[in-house]
Amino acid sequence: MDNAMWAFGRVSGFASLAFFTVSVLLGVMTRSGRPLPGLPRFSITLIHRNISLLASVFLVLHVGSLLLDSYAKLTVTDVLVPFLGSYRPFWQGLGTVALDLVLALVVTGLLRHRIGQRTFRAVHWFSYAMWPIALAHSIGNGTNGTSTWFVTLAVASVVAVGVAIVWRLSANFLETARARQGGLT
Amino acid sequence: MSELLHIDWTKCDGRGLCTELLPNVLGRDEWGYPLARRRGTSDRTNVVISTNDAEAARDAVKLCPKLALSLGAQRSA
Ligand code: SF4
Repeated sequence: MDNAMWAFGRVSGFASLAFFTVSVLLGVMTRSGRPLPGLPRFSITLIHRNISLLASVFLVLHVGSLLLDSYAKLTVTDVLVPFLGSYRPFWQGLGTVALDLVLALVVTGLLRHRIGQRTFRAVHWFSYAMWPIALAHSIGNGTNGTSTWFVTLAVASVVAVGVAIVWRLSANFLETARARQGGLT
Repeated sequence: MSELLHIDWTKCDGRGLCTELLPNVLGRDEWGYPLARRRGTSDRTNVVISTNDAEAARDAVKLCPKLALSLGAQRSA
């Protein structure tokens, strides 16, 4: 039983991170206001939301299974308060920070209409902090964190998200950027 | 009974989700901002939504990335 929890804890953590990576990419796509081939804007928004929620579910499973596992020595305090863990406290603490950020992102995401756009947006910016922190946690804490296959995937993800962010910051990021720049001159 | 879709122009950023969900009701101007197709009853800010489009309009209110849309009952003139 213990072994199963341990294995499941690792797999679910990996799945959560993978879904969050896709979610960040879809989030940037959503922000650009552009559709993808065969995927209208509202679909991208919905998939962004659903993948994020799916990633969060796997995150809950990841933490939950490791709480039940005696080998991980995870306590309820570690789940909410970072850097107090018994095993590699720094890297585990990063996981806790990421979890707390995800919690804030999910709550403000679901209550967007209630809390208003400004609060939602201010909190949603933290996605850009959450993702690298979660990735660092997986590399520093994961049993396979420094295996070749994992590092290869991690590098590919960093490149993908990096390219998305460079694009995000570029002048022609918005679909309507060209028309609007033209309108001003 | 038809409803009015209100566009808050201080919030709208012309991201075009509403125009995708309500293709028969809203077009886009050259800057990407929504524009009522039938100009007679609707104006730029308050767009008449028929019962057929009510569901799609509700989705648009929910999904607008800038929370710029709201639905209300049509004022009888
Ligand atoms: S979905 Fe919202 S932001 Fe986008 S064009 Fe419509 S009203 Fe404007």
